[in-house]
Amino acid sequence: MARNESPRPEGDFGGYADFGDVDGEARARRRRALTRYAVPVAVAAVAATTIGLGTALASTGSGPSLPHLTARQLLDKMAASDTSTLSGSVRVSTDLGLPSGLSGGLLGGVAGGASGSAAGSSDPFGGSSGSGASGSSPSASSGSSSAADPAAKLTELLSGTHTLQVAADGPDRQRLSIVDDTSQYTVIHDGTQMWAYDSGANSVYHATEPAHPAGTAHADKPPAGVPTTPQAAVDQLLKAAGPTTSMTVDGTARVAGRSAYELLVRPKQADSTIDSVRVAVDSATGTPLAFTLTPKGGGKAAVDIAYTRVNFGKPSASDFTFTVPKGAKVTQGKQDQHGEHPGGPGGAAGSGAVGSGAAKLPGGASGPELTGTGWTTIAELKAPSGAGLKSGQGGQSGQGSQGGSAQGPAGVEGLLGTLGHHVSGRFGSGTVISTRLVNVLVTDKGAVYAGAVTQEALVEAANAAAG
Amino acid sequence: MSRAEADVATGTDAGAGAPAAGAGPAAETPGTPEGSGTPTASRTARALWSLGLFRGELRIVFRRWRTAALLGVLAAIPVLVGIAVKFQTRGDRQGAGDGPAFIADVTNNGLFLVFTSLAVTLPFFLPMAVGVVAGDSVAGEANAGTLRYLLVAPAGRTRLLLTKYATVLVFCGVATLVVALAALATGAALFPFGDVTLISGQTVSLGDGLLRALAIAGVVAVSLVGIAALGLFVSTLTDSAIAAMATTVGVLLTVQILGAVPQLHAVQPYLFPHYWMSFADLLRAPAIGSAIARNAGLQALYAAVFVSAAWARLTTRDVTA
Repeated sequence: MARNESPRPEGDFGGYADFGDVDGEARARRRRALTRYAVPVAVAAVAATTIGLGTALASTGSGPSLPHLTARQLLDKMAASDTSTLSGSVRVSTDLGLPSGLSGGLLGGVAGGASGSAAGSSDPFGGSSGSGASGSSPSASSGSSSAADPAAKLTELLSGTHTLQVAADGPDRQRLSIVDDTSQYTVIHDGTQMWAYDSGANSVYHATEPAHPAGTAHADKPPAGVPTTPQAAVDQLLKAAGPTTSMTVDGTARVAGRSAYELLVRPKQADSTIDSVRVAVDSATGTPLAFTLTPKGGGKAAVDIAYTRVNFGKPSASDFTFTVPKGAKVTQGKQDQHGEHPGGPGGAAGSGAVGSGAAKLPGGASGPELTGTGWTTIAELKAPSGAGLKSGQGGQSGQGSQGGSAQGPAGVEGLLGTLGHHVSGRFGSGTVISTRLVNVLVTDKGAVYAGAVTQEALVEAANAAAG
Repeated sequence: MSRAEADVATGTDAGAGAPAAGAGPAAETPGTPEGSGTPTASRTARALWSLGLFRGELRIVFRRWRTAALLGVLAAIPVLVGIAVKFQTRGDRQGAGDGPAFIADVTNNGLFLVFTSLAVTLPFFLPMAVGVVAGDSVAGEANAGTLRYLLVAPAGRTRLLLTKYATVLVFCGVATLVVALAALATGAALFPFGDVTLISGQTVSLGDGLLRALAIAGVVAVSLVGIAALGLFVSTLTDSAIAAMATTVGVLLTVQILGAVPQLHAVQPYLFPHYWMSFADLLRAPAIGSAIARNAGLQALYAAVFVSAAWARLTTRDVTA
């Protein structure tokens, strides 16, 4: 059969124009074409509206109606909460505005130093260029040899969005998984046994703790890592609360399909960099379900932790057992480590990122000295050897507190210069490193001041210390 | 051009003479000799005819040397990966965590080669092969001048389109299975087999692992439903098979690049490859099903939109070639 016409232009929409002689028919055909194209458009539109409405309802829709509670009653409800069994998924988003060079290397050192973990022997600054790169892509696993060490791994949570799976059965048995696309990092705490498994590297970290009475174990634990559940974050928050804090119940919300009260916490002190903290408290059990921390600078929340699925039933016992997979490389951790609990809902993980502001510093051997009150607490670390930031990382390597400082202070100062800006005052001069939440002042004499406070407050504290 | 359909296509010349005859509703009225008789008989006849059409399509697609070459390339990838892992990994796990997913586990258990191979082929190779077959489906007929013969058959354009789509879907499954089976064979030949360590740390039996591998192949095949529908739609837009294939593959590459740009995170959940890697969730215990369900929903949505768009295009189009 011959073609109706010679070369038909590509993309000609059906060639209706070819039928100029049958005008009415062409029009009818075009009308039918339009009606039929309406089908895919309608399908797409319905889907878009459903998705759009769903998210709009989830974010702006008014919460469920619950009996009115005062802030005090809500706090009592939280204190009286006896939730000990729980399982669910948690979404953690953090945007601390860290300088990219810092996010991996320094914070790895901070958490490592604070928790006193002994497994990591990677040089903190040798690794910082690599971790700077991984700071922008949080899912990249660190190239450190102790990939399964929890302290190092949990610092990954300090940037980006992560999905965690948690399960808890009392204070002794917890399980926490960081779920990545095709890998998973799992920490299991069962009595005195602590296992961590990194599927990406197929490596296992194992530590044994001395038996201790349940409950007291966590009370005096130094802050370590990041809060990995809303409960852990709230524990930190309540510690920081006091006369410097205003607390109100601000409506209700739906979190993970449960109705919850929204507790709005605002610091009264003007020097704080924290604008507000919002906690969603489950109306039935008093368990915190969501935690959002907004810095004064505006923008999106610096820390946003929320359950996306939660179940208060007892998790299966098999969730807390671990056998070393065949072929996995096992690293034995040192005994008597406190910082390596998985962040179970019992508040096992302390907060290094939110709340009191006292946990921001490199822990070091001597420990920071705290000045100020409440939200504007400033941690001050006097570094005698001039190693500056190094002292924190010194604690990380088990071989000795100064093990990491072989590169000398010159490298540190060079790094500081690229990260912060110069300030001076009665204390002399120094460098301020700013993030959205925490400011750190490193004086040229090697002292470090840090807190969730404005830069001016840090300078004032340094001046006061200088006399 | 020894087409099976060309033999069957012996109705009235509805394609050019009366353009409406091939459209969906028109196909309901049996206007051809074999369609006459009682309604039940005609329905049975039509069903049989559809089945015949489908089988003919399958035969054509899978007898093509082009299809064989595509499947051959897909089968070669697991073999290459397996050999590379076998001869390059010498005990040390330096750089573990880099490279394709699960590749660190392959030396311990050959079954992981299945997961690695699917993770390697899913972003580009598999959808590209599907894009080639889907892009060729209608445009190839138009290109060869056989489309109008197909359309004069009593089946109607709607049924022809659905048959074409079903054929592409079968290819999705076959391509995935080819990758999985080639990986399984390579893994069994080169590496030890045994109990499977899930990525959450538990160890399950080999049988359980094989079942999970089968389920993962199913999830991967389902992941390709969206690009198959997209390719089918593109294929109805043009008479050039090459253009349709190139456009489909180009769209795939563009979408994959968009999915890798962090600034576009707001739209990424609506791009069809977004949940493709969710198949790894089947290797966790306790399992997480939400991403897999979202993937299936997204693929179904893409299939609904683009198959209906292809239908709107094909049934109202003036077929001249």
